[in-house]
Amino acid sequence: MMKKAPRYLLEAVVLAALVVYLYPFVIVFINSAKDSFNVTQFPMALPENWGQLLVNMETIWTSPNIRYSSSFFSSVLITASALVFVTFFPAQAAWVLVRTKTRTSQWIFLAFVAALVIPFQIVMFPLISWFRTIFEITGIRLLRTYFGMVLAYLGFGLSLSVFMYHGFIKSIPYELEEAAIIDGSSMPGVFYRVILPLLTPVHATIAILHGMWIWNDFLLPLLVLGKGNRIQTLPLAVANFAGAYVKQWDLILTSILMAMIPVLIFFFIAQKRIMKGMVAGSIK
Amino acid sequence: MHKFKNNTLTFWMFLAPVLFAFFMVVIIPFFVGAFYSLTDWNATARAGATLSFVGLQNFTDSFTDPAFIYSFGFTTIYTILNVMVINIVAIAVALAVTSKLRLRNAYRMGFFVPYLIGGLILGYLWQFIFNQAIPSIGESIGLFSALAEPDNYMLSRIPTSMIALVIVGSWQYAGYIMMIYVAAIEGVPQELYEAARIDGAGNWQQFRNITVPMIAQAFTITMFLTLVNSFKQFDVNYSLTAGGPATVFMDESIFGTELLAMNIYNTAFVGNDLAAGQARAVVFFVVIVAFSLIQVSYNKRKETEM
Repeated sequence: MMKKAPRYLLEAVVLAALVVYLYPFVIVFINSAKDSFNVTQFPMALPENWGQLLVNMETIWTSPNIRYSSSFFSSVLITASALVFVTFFPAQAAWVLVRTKTRTSQWIFLAFVAALVIPFQIVMFPLISWFRTIFEITGIRLLRTYFGMVLAYLGFGLSLSVFMYHGFIKSIPYELEEAAIIDGSSMPGVFYRVILPLLTPVHATIAILHGMWIWNDFLLPLLVLGKGNRIQTLPLAVANFAGAYVKQWDLILTSILMAMIPVLIFFFIAQKRIMKGMVAGSIK
Repeated sequence: MHKFKNNTLTFWMFLAPVLFAFFMVVIIPFFVGAFYSLTDWNATARAGATLSFVGLQNFTDSFTDPAFIYSFGFTTIYTILNVMVINIVAIAVALAVTSKLRLRNAYRMGFFVPYLIGGLILGYLWQFIFNQAIPSIGESIGLFSALAEPDNYMLSRIPTSMIALVIVGSWQYAGYIMMIYVAAIEGVPQELYEAARIDGAGNWQQFRNITVPMIAQAFTITMFLTLVNSFKQFDVNYSLTAGGPATVFMDESIFGTELLAMNIYNTAFVGNDLAAGQARAVVFFVVIVAFSLIQVSYNKRKETEM
């Protein structure tokens, strides 16, 4: 057993380490409540007037240059719709792949798994030119639209989703499905009535993994949505603002703070689940 | 198996949306890209029009381009440092938060928080720390006045910029890797430690002879994850240093802190040479596939040994 004194010492050391580790967030917070003069002159000092925080936040939210509010809603819309697609369709696909024991089925599954190692960099340039070609041939806009963005997330997210659903569905006893078949259920009916409800914990894990990725992603929206588009995500908005201006640190830090707040709220509500889900995703 | 009339139909219907997206977004661009890397594709050419085949020209050009060679070396050093720092921090914190500390759950959450925020945003946040907050300490405290010299800013020189990139990359990622170690450490049966203590083993001996071998499986996962993710780093590079400061390498003026992912991006979009960017992306892909194959075969061997 560890003696009392070293244990309190360790507690103090770890607590101090955590405070240092999270201090950058404190810096963001205190400097979001300063004006442009104080933020560069006294970055380590506490703000004189906390009311400035609300003034800065209002500026960020309403400024036509940053378009923070519209970016926020675009981010929510893109993340939410991409999550619906990247959970529902791969769940369907994984189920038929598990239940169909043919060579075609095995090859398709193998192709999805192999695609897990493909880095985004090797497809990004041809993807853009391919989307442009589609527009020239069919008139369907995939670049700079929500539809193209969500399609891209489905394409890049589905491998991991199919892989995880596949692993879980394999462990569901086939007898459950047989009972439904005897009751006269059709094949799609078996999926919707029996399998889909059982997949809830996997949906949650996959939604967390993909949700964190999509919400924070920068390079893919930069390429598909482009710079200066009517539609932009929060990371694009922050990059435009923080990159394009003479550094207005008071407002940049406020925009950083406001981009972090939704994620942090979400984390504190569902932290157990999030941490478990992320670790489960790594051990694939 | 199922005795449905239409089960082939259902099979393809259920797969159709996923296969459609897979072909549109991954398969077609992947093969088209492999082809483009062998052509003189550039920003002004439309797809399919007037492309000529140049063989391996783009690859040989890349390997003689000072910016690419430098970037490859820079990325290698960055990756090694990042993997080391992340894993040392992660395992130290993991050991601390799996001991009997009172606030261990709060510590786990706290160290995990930076991982929730995107690298792009964190890069700007740290740029403020390196360019404003740290120099201000130098201005207000005489002893550290050197920190206020613009020449001493972390981001104004290449070696310290590298350190800055490692600090931000590790700071973001260590909490995540910590949680993988925590899961592994908590999976070690307590009886092993009890038996060792009865035999008189100290803390270090318990760590060395029980914890380390029992979490070996987690090591291969964390090594692979940190290796690949460090190698792919783009967001923090983009927002923290944007490739600067400049340097001279093989008589050519180039970016001093340009990681490979950024070199690929800049080659295509800043240099307007899409084919060369694509060829570099192919090299990048081959390196990552090699990492993956090594990891898979290593895991296989580990499993058969057990």
